[in-house]
Amino acid sequence: MSDIVAEEPVYRTDALIAEDIDRYLEVHQHKTMLRFITCGSVDDGKSTLIGRLLYDSKMIFEDQLAALEADSKRVGTQGQEIDFALLVDGLAAEREQGITIDVAYRFFSTEKRKFIVADTPGHEQYTRNMVTGASTADLAVILIDARKGVLTQTRRHSYLAHLIGIRNIVLAVNKMDLVGYDQAVFEGIVKDYTEFATSIGIRDFTAIPISGFKGDNITGLSANTPWYAGPALMAHLETVEVDQISDQDKPFRMAVQWVNRPNLDFRGFSGQVATGTIKVGDAVRVLPSGKTSTVTRIVTLDGDLQQAIAGQSVTLCFADEVDCSRGDVIAAADNPPQAADQFEATIVWMADEEMLPGRPYWLKIGTQTVTATIQQPKYQVNVNTMEHLAAKTLELNAIGVANLATDRQIVFEPYADNRTLGGFILIDKLTNATVAAGMLHFSLRRAQNVHWQATDVTREFHAGLKNQKPAVLWFTGLSGAGKSTIANLVEKKLARMNRHTFLLDGDNVRHGLNKDLGFTDADRVENIRRVGEVARLMTDAGLIVITAFISPFRAEREMVRQMMQPGEFIEIHIDTPLAEAEARDVKGLYKKARSGQLKNFTGIDSPYEAPEDPEIQIDTTAMTPEEAAELIVARIVP
Amino acid sequence: MGGNMLDRKTLTHLERLEAESIHILREVVAEAEKPVMLYSVGKDSAVMLHLARKAFYPSPPPFPLLHVDTTWKFKAMYELRDRMARESGMELLVYQNPEARERGINPFDHGPLHTDMWKTEGLKQALNIHGFDAAFGGARRDEEKSRAKERIFSFRTASHGWDPKNQRPELWNLYNAKKNKGESIRVFPISNWTELDIWQYIQLNDVPIVPLYFAAERPTVERDGMLLMVDDERFPLKAGEEPVMRSIRFRTLGCYPLTGAVESAATTLSEVIQETLLTTTSERQGRAIDKDAGGAGMEKKKQEGYF
Repeated sequence: MSDIVAEEPVYRTDALIAEDIDRYLEVHQHKTMLRFITCGSVDDGKSTLIGRLLYDSKMIFEDQLAALEADSKRVGTQGQEIDFALLVDGLAAEREQGITIDVAYRFFSTEKRKFIVADTPGHEQYTRNMVTGASTADLAVILIDARKGVLTQTRRHSYLAHLIGIRNIVLAVNKMDLVGYDQAVFEGIVKDYTEFATSIGIRDFTAIPISGFKGDNITGLSANTPWYAGPALMAHLETVEVDQISDQDKPFRMAVQWVNRPNLDFRGFSGQVATGTIKVGDAVRVLPSGKTSTVTRIVTLDGDLQQAIAGQSVTLCFADEVDCSRGDVIAAADNPPQAADQFEATIVWMADEEMLPGRPYWLKIGTQTVTATIQQPKYQVNVNTMEHLAAKTLELNAIGVANLATDRQIVFEPYADNRTLGGFILIDKLTNATVAAGMLHFSLRRAQNVHWQATDVTREFHAGLKNQKPAVLWFTGLSGAGKSTIANLVEKKLARMNRHTFLLDGDNVRHGLNKDLGFTDADRVENIRRVGEVARLMTDAGLIVITAFISPFRAEREMVRQMMQPGEFIEIHIDTPLAEAEARDVKGLYKKARSGQLKNFTGIDSPYEAPEDPEIQIDTTAMTPEEAAELIVARIVP
Repeated sequence: MGGNMLDRKTLTHLERLEAESIHILREVVAEAEKPVMLYSVGKDSAVMLHLARKAFYPSPPPFPLLHVDTTWKFKAMYELRDRMARESGMELLVYQNPEARERGINPFDHGPLHTDMWKTEGLKQALNIHGFDAAFGGARRDEEKSRAKERIFSFRTASHGWDPKNQRPELWNLYNAKKNKGESIRVFPISNWTELDIWQYIQLNDVPIVPLYFAAERPTVERDGMLLMVDDERFPLKAGEEPVMRSIRFRTLGCYPLTGAVESAATTLSEVIQETLLTTTSERQGRAIDKDAGGAGMEKKKQEGYF
């Protein structure tokens, strides 16, 4: 047992509960809430510290304690003593491995505050989990083993906490009991950390010497560290300012989640106030339209409010019939955010499959969901050394800075000013997985200055002149499947029918427009994007465009489909089994690929994702190229 | 206008929890095609329903309530269920697994099969029949260890399985509700609430709850160290067993033959909260379900599709 002199702040005054429950409830009704994360590497005692906080705040019940004691003896790492870490480690698989692999949320409270702790793993691989846990936190506790000092992990955790915008950093120098509560050890670590923190832009932090295992300076000041004059960990957590307070000083913003329209007499806009305050009578502006109105009511089930502040979920009514729907942002009329479609952003990649520059992803920011493409990163950050490295893509747990473009304007603010309008996630369009988190820095000027030029001779006019309906006949299939052969026959037939066509062939385009591209996944995506853009311009000119590209990925074919007018994209799958195409091997490429002379060859060491529902399916083992061309023409020319 | 420093106000923990839950409820309604709220009639469900009424007021919540019924709930639960559906203006769907009904599955003769068929299977069937793609549930992260790591938006495969190793990261308050055909989402709007939060909220908002949470004289028998209430004539008394009137209440509600009561004199909310806080055993101990399969009982049940 350690000697704890100062009075322990009592988390749960059992005496008060027993004597005057109403008084107790009154106190607890007015508690505030702090969300924080704990970060440290596997052996820094993170789970032990959280277990200790739960234990000291009496959040552990007798039956749980009995189970904990039994587990401690069976699988614990602390001999016969209670292993608090076991209380915290959740899923069965992890318990066997002895490490925490995901983000877990724990709860405890004192008289002043309710706490939600995100327990994030310290293992090398899991940047993704820490960023996730940090995204909702007001404060980060960075754990250091007093015997080891500032390590690579410490730097990484601090960098990530700072990156995600956490303003309150606590440096908890743990295991002080194992260094004899030596003041010099503590001060040496604080000095090292100060140097590093300053270099990455952390202006302020609070260092506390503790022992999670023995309980020193956790709930009360310890007699073992008489030289320490700061607060105990709990006292600090109870008093630090939460973001919900400072958010109120910012201009008013609320992303519209849902339009509430129970009947013709009521129309309200529901959302959670991101920043600022709003009062009845305030002038507001709806973005991106820019229309203005005045707030007439702030509606809740418990009666109308006169004012709402950052953090509250409310429903606003306006004086005017202003067009406003999900995805729009309601803002202070005299101080609105901007809208743009090109940005620089920091991106944290969270998926096993690497980022593909040029591939369209869903981007969700606030309540807006748009399609976004990301350019090749400007650089990647080495999270251990903070060095900037050149990168072509981002892999799992990589952090980089890149430009991105959205398919329409989004209302935004730099992440540093507003987490709600600056933080986004990227979603894979096929698997629907959340593949990345990002933070917008600023919009690129060119987005604001390049406008669409309206032309007088319209695409309808171009098409009318040619007496045809524009279309893109998109041939896809393995190398050697017969795409070019059949496409060529189709074009000849159409030309004979006085149709205006143009054939874009994969090999030919790679000699010119796309000669700078190779065959990596990223280059394949860019290859298809450019071809898609060219095909689109040609359909604007009224042409029937025929393309013959392997185009192995569904996502890119889908991207091109989205570029075109509805109904103008006709996907034609030239379906030849791999064995058959390889047997034909017209260009001798399969042979080269098999012998390893050709890398990233579709079907051999690069995947082909067959269309699931193409407009036209051609089985080349069942018909001749001539028959196939016949069939395609019959389908498109009624 | 920007905020005025003088006006700054800290929201209480309950105000922040409420705002977060409302945000979640609205996101689902905005993004899902056919949401439903699983309504178990317990105190957590009561709070979740109340939050839904707040989220969409003055509209009624734009989704139905689904009660996956085992036919073995307490009578008082059926009464409150029907009353709340009326008061909230929501459609109430009651589903009873026809196979369980046909085979007369009951907690007395069939053990774990009872929960499995009526609840786990019944829930899957109900979701499939109606084609719901998002289902709100009242689970809390503080209830049980494996829940602590579950997401607020939790994905289920087409066969309703849960893969704890393959969960989507949840950042800020941005929830990814995209899913493929056949997949569905279980959404837990009160993930971050604790048992005490629930009780305090019920008290502050006068949320109606089943009277069984309050102590009263009720007919009971004691079996395997559990106090069971004889709620209707279907309760098979063993030879020599005689129901005894005791002042009891329930900390958690489920099928009456599976739910243990505690002896108590707490007849008001304050007294109930007082007892809850001074008690020394955790909430779920009154239920038999966590005891299967050792420490990982709930995790295993969830992988199989239990809510």
